[in-house]
Amino acid sequence: MAKVEQKGHTLSRERLVDFLRELLLIRRFEEKVEERFRAGDLSGFLHVSLGQEAIAVGVCRALDGSDVVASTHRAHAHALALGMHPNELMAELYGKVEGCSRGYGGSMHLYDVARGLIGSNAVVGGGLPSITGSALAFKLRGEPRVAVAFLGDGATNIGTFHESLNLAQLWGVPAVFVCENNGYAESTPAWQQLPITDLAKRAVAFGMHSITVDGQDVEAVYHAAQRAMKHARDGKGPVFLLANTHRLTGHYVGDPQVYRSREELREARETQDPLEKLRARLELPGEEWDELEHEVAVLVQASVDFALNGTDPRPEDALENVYA
Amino acid sequence: MVTMTYREAVRDAMAQAMRADPDVFVMGEDIAEMGGSMGVTQGMLEEFGPERVRNTPISEMAIVGAGIGAAMQGMRPIVEIMYEDFTTLAMEQIVNQAAKHRYMSGGQLSVPLTIRTQGGAGWSPGAQHAQQVEAWFCHVPGLKVVYPSTPADARALLWSSIYDDNCVLFFEHRLLYPLKGEVPDELEPLELGSARVHREGEDVTVVAIGRLVHEALKAAEAAEAEGISVEVLDPRTLLPLDEDALVRSVRKTSRCVVAHEAVVRMGFGAEIAAVVQERAFDHLDAPVERVGAKFCPVPFAPVMEQWVVPHMEDVLAAIRRTVGRE
Repeated sequence: MAKVEQKGHTLSRERLVDFLRELLLIRRFEEKVEERFRAGDLSGFLHVSLGQEAIAVGVCRALDGSDVVASTHRAHAHALALGMHPNELMAELYGKVEGCSRGYGGSMHLYDVARGLIGSNAVVGGGLPSITGSALAFKLRGEPRVAVAFLGDGATNIGTFHESLNLAQLWGVPAVFVCENNGYAESTPAWQQLPITDLAKRAVAFGMHSITVDGQDVEAVYHAAQRAMKHARDGKGPVFLLANTHRLTGHYVGDPQVYRSREELREARETQDPLEKLRARLELPGEEWDELEHEVAVLVQASVDFALNGTDPRPEDALENVYA
Repeated sequence: MVTMTYREAVRDAMAQAMRADPDVFVMGEDIAEMGGSMGVTQGMLEEFGPERVRNTPISEMAIVGAGIGAAMQGMRPIVEIMYEDFTTLAMEQIVNQAAKHRYMSGGQLSVPLTIRTQGGAGWSPGAQHAQQVEAWFCHVPGLKVVYPSTPADARALLWSSIYDDNCVLFFEHRLLYPLKGEVPDELEPLELGSARVHREGEDVTVVAIGRLVHEALKAAEAAEAEGISVEVLDPRTLLPLDEDALVRSVRKTSRCVVAHEAVVRMGFGAEIAAVVQERAFDHLDAPVERVGAKFCPVPFAPVMEQWVVPHMEDVLAAIRRTVGRE
């Protein structure tokens, strides 16, 4: 296995509490999504990021305001970490005009172009070529911007992954490919879908610089992402950032997870929760934690209220936005 | 007016756009030093350099997808897919990404990408280099589909495609590249969705695209000698479609033949026939005739290939059927 980067923890306590607040917001938001889906409020197909929050926060905090991001079907965490207001996200999940995609997208098609989110993608690997292309545009125009793609371990098996990384490296464009390696492609475990265990070797094939990091350690992810962004922004070419992580829930909301044991899941929850890891490290006093919880709970509940009070699109609005 | 070939007209539209606008660039397989497998981009590397005339690996998904990404960032890339058969390799990127980003984002994003491709039978390349697939893309909301048949239309429509804020599939026919024609001195953009009447007539309207426009014009000449007056209409853009021009013509002639090189079944002609029956049913004196390839892959052996794809004689036979002269 490639060496897992263990850079020293150097961030201030204040900064880390800020990260913790964001992790907690994503956690409670996603739990609320699960709750509202089970209550029958939400339509469609939902994938939550429980357990993978630290990658979203660590990476997005390392971005500049003008960078762009393509996300995956599991996109809520990326959107929130990019600064999307929970109201806009929840309204989208409720199919409201006030949603981040005006109700045209849904959970798997989140957009917030002003904040750099150029689409989350329901086709595995579907957004990768556009990140190579966005980075090409930045290079051609001489703009100091980076294009970032999130992808899962399952996506490293699809053609767009290989074609996009090959082209990105060939042309030396400022792109960072962040692989959230949670060990499962939907229900299929790594051993049934990957012929290698160390996914950083995928980058070797393209001659691409890679960094491997513990995806449950938000500060480590942040530092690794900073180095990756600097590498890309400095014109040294793209980076494959491999973040090993754990999905502490099913593939989709409602997934009975017949493909893995309760023991495996329990152990992961007890030992691999990025939120609990940071909380323990900070030795946060109960009072301070309660304050964070309260602050986040208010935001999350407000997002539901906002969405419930949102505007339904008119059915015939379906014919808008087909063409520019 | 100046005379140029269809190939030169396509090149001229790209070159003029690139001279005027640093956001326009081209990429594709073998397009730089080699000038493209059909020679369309010849000389462009010398004029614009390797940053703007980019040779790519054989990676259709990434070529199209990179074009999508650059277009999302406000550039106007032109991507060349060497043969239209190979658009199948990029189908996901075209259909799920390029066509839908604007929609899924609620109008926040647009993808001003032009995908140029070419193909067609008539030189025995076999089944994977000769299929006509333009109709496939007409079934996808969010895309535009252009298929010019003359140098003047090719130049004007390609310019308009580059400056359209949507993803445009731009089809060229291999056998048309050497075709010479007059084009205006100054490039004048053409609205996507405007048909051209190549020849006016009174008895039958032939709606033809691509190579079949020229077969239809020859058939019209032959029909004229038989006393049948034929109007030849080229939609030029399949999506959006100039329905009004089509309907106007058929209401005048009361008969309609549709001709394309792609297979007849489920083809573009079926849509034309549907539009005509919806909007000009009471004017029709005969069933709409469809002319196209027989329902098989394009075969290799020249005698089979020539038999499979339609020619002037097939159009003429269809014209005769509509006026009851089998």
